[in-house]
Amino acid sequence: MLFHAFLIKYAEIAIKGKNRYLFEDALVKQMRLALESVEGDFQVIKEQGRVYVLCPENYDFDEAVEALQRVFGIVGISPVMIFPDQGLEQTKKDVLEYMQARYPDFSGTFKVYTRRAKKSYPVPSMEVSAELGGVILDHFPGASVDVHTPELTLSVEIREKIYVYSETLPGPGGMPVGTNGKAMLLLSGGIDSPVAGYMIAKRGVKIDAVYFHAPPYTSERAKQKVVDLAKLVARYSGPIRLHVVNFTDIQLYIYDQCPHEELTIIMRRYMMRIAEHFAKESGCLGLITGESIGQVASQTLQSLAATNEVCTIPVYRPLIGFDKQEIVEISRKINTFETSIQPFEDCCTIFVAKHPVTKPNLNVIHRSETKLDEKIDQLMKEAIETTEIIEIK
Amino acid sequence: MEVYFDNSATTRCYESVKDIVVKTMMEDYGNPSAMHRKGVEAENYVKKSAGIIAGILKVQEKEILFTSGGTESNNLALIGAAMANRRSGNHIVTTVVEHAAVSQPAAFLQEQGFEVSYVPVDIQGRIKLDALKSVLRPDTILVSVMYVNNEVGAVMPVEEIGKLVHELSPKALFHVDAIQAFGKYRIHPRKAGIDLLSVSGHKIHGPKGVGFLYISEKAKVQPLILGGGQQNGMRSGTDNVPGIAGLGAAAEEIYRDLEKNNEHLYSLKEYIAKGLERIPDIRINGMPLREGAPQILSISVMGVRSEVLLHALEDREIYVSAGSACSSHKRKPSATLSAMGMSGDQIESTVRLSFSESNTMEEADCFLRAMEELVPMLRRYSRR
Repeated sequence: MLFHAFLIKYAEIAIKGKNRYLFEDALVKQMRLALESVEGDFQVIKEQGRVYVLCPENYDFDEAVEALQRVFGIVGISPVMIFPDQGLEQTKKDVLEYMQARYPDFSGTFKVYTRRAKKSYPVPSMEVSAELGGVILDHFPGASVDVHTPELTLSVEIREKIYVYSETLPGPGGMPVGTNGKAMLLLSGGIDSPVAGYMIAKRGVKIDAVYFHAPPYTSERAKQKVVDLAKLVARYSGPIRLHVVNFTDIQLYIYDQCPHEELTIIMRRYMMRIAEHFAKESGCLGLITGESIGQVASQTLQSLAATNEVCTIPVYRPLIGFDKQEIVEISRKINTFETSIQPFEDCCTIFVAKHPVTKPNLNVIHRSETKLDEKIDQLMKEAIETTEIIEIK
Repeated sequence: MEVYFDNSATTRCYESVKDIVVKTMMEDYGNPSAMHRKGVEAENYVKKSAGIIAGILKVQEKEILFTSGGTESNNLALIGAAMANRRSGNHIVTTVVEHAAVSQPAAFLQEQGFEVSYVPVDIQGRIKLDALKSVLRPDTILVSVMYVNNEVGAVMPVEEIGKLVHELSPKALFHVDAIQAFGKYRIHPRKAGIDLLSVSGHKIHGPKGVGFLYISEKAKVQPLILGGGQQNGMRSGTDNVPGIAGLGAAAEEIYRDLEKNNEHLYSLKEYIAKGLERIPDIRINGMPLREGAPQILSISVMGVRSEVLLHALEDREIYVSAGSACSSHKRKPSATLSAMGMSGDQIESTVRLSFSESNTMEEADCFLRAMEELVPMLRRYSRR
């Protein structure tokens, strides 16, 4: 039995009042985008407060469901059979056929829930439910009706055609991407930053990204890994514009001029400055990082304060209270883990001191940064100008 | 100028190889097992390659078994020989510096209940013959030793090893992984007491995905790939005619001017080793230059991590390989280099240059110039 359509359930959108149509439109758009990767002509339609996907005659069910399960805003996906409306007697036959195909050995409690969207239908919905329930009781000896806590709910919607469904597959939740502005993700090759991007995208935020590349200290493969990660995140977030910044000269200059144990903090401050530059340039309203308190020396509260200080737009850190294991679980769920653990050096680790400062004093950092006055503006300018932009789809 | 000094990883195909590969793909594309003329034509390419190789090794054509490459040849040699001869004994001998295509099958056999002894090497990477003697036993059924070590170019005394093996372990088969040696040395298995010999096509300017295993007619080996019974049932699967034809053409060409080519490789190697003396603190690893393999030069640039040097050279279109694959996440120092007693610091700084006869002195100069510029710069910036 190949389903004819999917009924899409969404929760948070429904409470958005007058903005509701904006959210629905964004949802429809993201669904269309996601279904482009599935072979076949799918139609996404909005109809009387419901969003449906009408499926082609032949398609891969699992692939279609998986694509929809990556669209934020969807909380449930119900596969639907559609029958022509040829009177209640025929509908009884159709529903029985559905039950026999879907649950050949059904026994247990059930209820039939009828929604009469086409008000001109001659039979009231309660009566339709009773009639259909009766047919099921006749043919399934082990079945009994329980309207309060049924094991199976058979939903029947009467429109121009008759829609029948009985299952709901979970969606990812969240809100449709594009409904909450755009933010710039600092994407490294690690486990955390792709998860951070995913989590913010889940709240409806469109994502752009910046990656700091340090040849020859980091390899072409390390960059490829980041591109691969961006592609995996883009399966959820939609297209990402990835900025690849050549950071080597800045890094070496800091290495030359500043105390070694402050290298990581100062480096991260410059990363934030550059990320913010690109964020403002492309209309992003915030930065996103994968930081989590205390995970490494640069993520103590003192260090976070020191890197945060240079930012004039908000920095969103969705993983701030997460343990590593919790982050790993999400990265496995969104399929970035295997890519993240490929062993390529990233630019944060190459010159890291054996004992970096964990409680940087802002005054000390400021003093150290004055040693960069001579060339840093020029180096920043060059880094920004030579940034490579990769459109990730 | 592009400088490709990574010929032990893989080589560029000879023109003659490309031509014959194209011809067997586009014109003579028959299945050698087919009964019609197209099949016979294709079969002739396979026979011709077997003939060329048998001629080079001075063995019989029927002793050449075509495989998908060095890894398969080594797997078949170890697992196939161990399985076929397990009634004669349970003991296998190999060295601590083998390529993973030998050491992993050996580890697999160990899991299957075979006893495996690993013979150590000296500081130059050469097998310790005394140690070998002490582990060879009457119930040893297989001894596997590489001819040329892929990381440092150390050359193993295979004839001497062959003698020892047959003297002390009369039931044993002697397998030689000659993947880095074929095309550089004249190898005569019968004279050297070699029963099994692995060779890969793409290390000698042939195609990837093809190689062969010489199996002495006296040696019992159990096939690993079963099916339609091709190659006398020893390896089923439609013959890779383009690959095999290409392999034969490559073998023929590489042995045509062997001595001249080797001389050229040695002079490149010596020239570069000499040139590197201008930079302080670079160590040359392995055997004395003329005693090691002609195409491999292993160097340690102290104070510069091999990966960083590799990428810096890559930026100038110079391609070498890192002596050990390591990174901040997974440190896996090379087993060969540690077995030679190298310190961790030195292992981390080791790169391998590997030449082919088409490399030139200009390329060597280009490499040396790059090193003179890069090394002092890279040494300035290191983990403190």
